[in-house]
Amino acid sequence: MRKVTWRNLVARKIRLALSAFAIVLGVAFVAGSFIFTDALGGAFNGIIKGTTADVEVAPKNAGDFASFGQDARTIPANVVDKLAALPGAADAQGTVEVQGVYVISEQDKLVGGNGPPGLAFDYDDTTAITGKRILTLQRGQLPRGDAQVALDEATAGKAGYQIGDEVTLVTPGKNPTMQAQLTGIVKFGSEGGLVGATLTIFDEQALQGMFFEGDDVYTSISLTTADGVSQQELTDAANKVLPKGVVAETGDAVAKKNEDAIGEALGFINKFLLIFAGVSMVVGTFLIINTFSILVAQRSRELALLRALGASRRQVNRAVLTEALVVGMLGSLLGIGVGYLLAIGLKALFGAIGLDLAGADLPIQPRTVVVSLVVGLLVTLLAAYLPARRASRIAPVAAMRDEVAMPESTVRRRLVIGSGLVFLGIASMVVGFIGEGGAGLSLTGAGMLGVLVGVSLMSPVVGRPVIVGLGALYRRAFGTVGVLAKENSLRNPRRTAATASALMIGLTLVALMSILGASAKKSTDQAIDESLTAELIVSNAIAQDFSPQIAEQIRSVDGVASVAQFRQAGPEVGGEQVYVGATDPTALASALKLPMDVGGLSALDDSAVLVSSNTAKSKGYEVGDQVAMKFPKMTEKLTVAGVYPSGGALFTDYLVTLDAMETGGYAPRDSLLYITKEPRVSESQVRAGIDAVLEGNPTVTLKNQKEFADEQKQQINQLLAIVYALLGLAVVIAVLGIVNTLALSVIERTREVGLLRAVGVTRRQLRRMVRLESVAIAVLGAVLGVILGVAFGIALQRALADQGIDVLSVPWVQLAIFVLVSALVGVLAAVLPAMRAAKLDVLRAITTE
Amino acid sequence: MSRTTTAPATATDARPAVAARVVGLRKFYGRGDAVVAALDGISIDFVAGEFTAVMGPSGSGKSTLMHCMAALDTASAGDVFLGDQRLAGLGDKQLTLLRRDKIGFVFQAYNLVPTLTAQENIELPLSIAGRKPDPEWFDTVIDTVGMRDRLRHRPNELSGGQQQRVACARALVSRPQIVFADEPTGNLDSASGAEVLGFLRRSVDDHDQTIVMVTHDPIAAGYTDRVVFLADGVVVDELREPTADAVLEKMKVLSAQAVAGTAAGA
Ligand SMILES: Nc1ncnc2c1ncn2[C@@H]1O[C@H](COP(=O)(O)OP(=O)(O)OP(=O)(O)O)[C@@H](O)[C@H]1O
Ligand SMILES: [Mg+2]
Repeated sequence: MRKVTWRNLVARKIRLALSAFAIVLGVAFVAGSFIFTDALGGAFNGIIKGTTADVEVAPKNAGDFASFGQDARTIPANVVDKLAALPGAADAQGTVEVQGVYVISEQDKLVGGNGPPGLAFDYDDTTAITGKRILTLQRGQLPRGDAQVALDEATAGKAGYQIGDEVTLVTPGKNPTMQAQLTGIVKFGSEGGLVGATLTIFDEQALQGMFFEGDDVYTSISLTTADGVSQQELTDAANKVLPKGVVAETGDAVAKKNEDAIGEALGFINKFLLIFAGVSMVVGTFLIINTFSILVAQRSRELALLRALGASRRQVNRAVLTEALVVGMLGSLLGIGVGYLLAIGLKALFGAIGLDLAGADLPIQPRTVVVSLVVGLLVTLLAAYLPARRASRIAPVAAMRDEVAMPESTVRRRLVIGSGLVFLGIASMVVGFIGEGGAGLSLTGAGMLGVLVGVSLMSPVVGRPVIVGLGALYRRAFGTVGVLAKENSLRNPRRTAATASALMIGLTLVALMSILGASAKKSTDQAIDESLTAELIVSNAIAQDFSPQIAEQIRSVDGVASVAQFRQAGPEVGGEQVYVGATDPTALASALKLPMDVGGLSALDDSAVLVSSNTAKSKGYEVGDQVAMKFPKMTEKLTVAGVYPSGGALFTDYLVTLDAMETGGYAPRDSLLYITKEPRVSESQVRAGIDAVLEGNPTVTLKNQKEFADEQKQQINQLLAIVYALLGLAVVIAVLGIVNTLALSVIERTREVGLLRAVGVTRRQLRRMVRLESVAIAVLGAVLGVILGVAFGIALQRALADQGIDVLSVPWVQLAIFVLVSALVGVLAAVLPAMRAAKLDVLRAITTE
Repeated sequence: MSRTTTAPATATDARPAVAARVVGLRKFYGRGDAVVAALDGISIDFVAGEFTAVMGPSGSGKSTLMHCMAALDTASAGDVFLGDQRLAGLGDKQLTLLRRDKIGFVFQAYNLVPTLTAQENIELPLSIAGRKPDPEWFDTVIDTVGMRDRLRHRPNELSGGQQQRVACARALVSRPQIVFADEPTGNLDSASGAEVLGFLRRSVDDHDQTIVMVTHDPIAAGYTDRVVFLADGVVVDELREPTADAVLEKMKVLSAQAVAGTAAGA
């Protein structure tokens, strides 16, 4: 029996290789996601460890707020002296750290940006917990005074600056852009590599002067333990002498906390990638089920013979499963290898958008191997189980018969199970829509999967009209060849349906995303159209807030009537981080038409807060209620003064005044400026004036309403492009499925092909026949996918209506193009099988058994 | 009606028209020492409107001869003519069109496309050529094979004999110049075989069809006008106006000769 299994594997290596390929791709996705996120984690952890001192002193919870909004709290300089005097401290160094300082290259381009932070420190020689120095001066001199800086090697290199050059910088402080002389090159952390972040070293007093009004203050203090003193002992000693609101923590704890925070963020990336890996796996499962079903069907005579010769059901079953196991094993191992290549690709891709991982290595951790193998093997075995069970049910007498019909479960049973799944899926989606957060999302996802699998089960029946309709078209256009193609796709409805289903899943998601994307874009357009009255907008180009000085300078431009500053931060309400905007209500009133649900914009003062309708609903706020908002410095008690509609022009959950946010302890950094011009001047005139202000600062851009809308739509497009690319892999697997099914069908029909050729079907006609069958499968998958995608898309848009996607837009043309492209893909998928069919030697074909 | 109403009335000379002709046909399989001559220099004419049987022991080259003549295989040496058309030198496309338009073929088994109905199978060569069958002729053929009430059935709903009759109808419906049949009754019982043979005979008698049929069965050979005997890839004898008994007698003589020949050769 084992011999038979082995021979089969060898004899059918091409067919098995094709199904193994599906596993390879799916597993590669899984392994690649893990390897890449591990690499990211490793790089960040290296930086964290290399830059954390034995004991870190900072304002309480400083790290918790740093991710979103610049914490404005500081520590007076005299604390450093107190700490240095502690007997357990070998050294105490105050650090001034500011984010949002960027280097502009020789070519006037921003270095880094778009994600990685632009860090600015003062220099000191503190040692990290790794035992190495955090900063090392590699060449040149340390900067002195206001007009000198040092840069890290990579940043200087990218910007093209040499020691002695004049460096242009963008800062969020008093001088939005400034010039400084490059005096030295420093190395950051132990391993080099800043993951794309840029580092600018200033003189300590210069930093204090620029960002802290010249006060002698620090943002954190690093302590080094004396010999024989533990981190904990020094921490405890430090905490006794620290002023209120400032705490010391052991370096290990800080590193762990930061690593966990990074881990959480990376976990999100990992999950995001794994969702797509999962989609690929589901699609791959269809491919594997199909391949094994066909292989078993083709060998049914042989299997029946084995049964007739005395093999037990279980032996037949096991023979098929063993084959699957070998295929799954090979596929998974190869998949891990390909996953490694994929991770290299991802690394390059992220490098291109600024997350520089050049120094990071790609670790293949045991966990990656185990998960990949388990997933690969499980999916293969699961997919092979049904065909194997069917194989074992072949009656021994079948060996004597000419044509063996595989025992198939009745269509009715499939319909019942399929519709049951669809029903459950829809129910789960509905519950998911009502539910919130992660649980709601997973329920929605599970529901969609249920519907997809249910429809796949029913597709032999549901898909029939599509094929028959297409068949009528084929008959008209291609005559008998068309009829043959149609009949071929109908002769094995299960096989056709399973193959089409794989494509259906991919296209459902693509169509769904295209609807969400189109709706989001239309909603954006409408929101801007309806509510934006400001003619011009200044926004950040790199997701980093900018200096309030810019607003100040623009106010003095001739023709500018008002500038509404908009800031955002993430303080806590009721223990969880919330999304809060801040603005000057009077200025905003002339920039936006804000149709308030309750109350008015004018009611917003320093002790008040406006809430979005969603927030009001979920938190049960009413006008007059008190909201305790925990800012870095203090918790402010704010009174709800009004409710504005969610998803409109105002996208934050809460809105406070600029002063409220600044008092709370966030450094004044603008993220958006709405500029209203005086009616007497033209837009272009005002524009020219503002352009002059922004000259040389590539971190912010000036746009009119249309450009602003375009920019936001551009972001949606970018996101869509990423999602399409990731879904592309699932589509590739589905296309492989079509190739596989067709190739197997051609082999199965060798005699028939020979007969057709013998009675005068030309090679060309034969190729066309295979091609048309392929197109039928592809179009079936695409049509079902688009229908489901539209249904899901509309449902999701409704569910997200209060999240900003309040206008439905179904891009019919685009959807039609998807179907057309699928038909084209069908043509491509048929190339090899068609060639194979056409190449069959007529004589050999008719005489094959 | 006579079995030899063959000469076309239009022919001015007395020579009967030749539907197919092979000249010095050789076909080798294998290479080097293992080379097998399946056909070892055959020259033979098949006269239009005649029903010819090809007989011979297993491995004597009958199928190979059919395949070479039906443009399914190419000769190693020698020539094959269908009417005036020389097959040598034709490309795959021309050979395919030739098969489609000039040749009918009936195999021993597996003759029909399982997804098509009997009628669609019969019309297949015409419809792939993009032609409509001549309705009158179609009716004649259908009535001759007696399949009128089964036209909508698929092959798996027909008996072996019925399937073979459908296959014959397909071979005839495009009015090919010549029909080749390789053991068309090999898989049938004697009653079904008789149906098929009777049908082939009628199409020769009534419609001047030219048919070449391979068979092992002397009774089947008895339906034909002429029997050609092959052995080891050459024509060893032939018989006109055969009866089953005469054929059986001839086969006995030939196999005795073969045994003697082998004995002498040894
Ligand atoms: N594809 C092939 N490769 C090698 N040898 C072949 C091939 N086809 C036929 N032969 C050989 O050619 C010879 C003639 O074969 P052919 O099939 O023509 O015999 P046949 O007269 O039709 O026999 P049967 O009555 O058994 O059908 C045989 O010796 C056979 O082994
Ligand atoms: Mg033969």
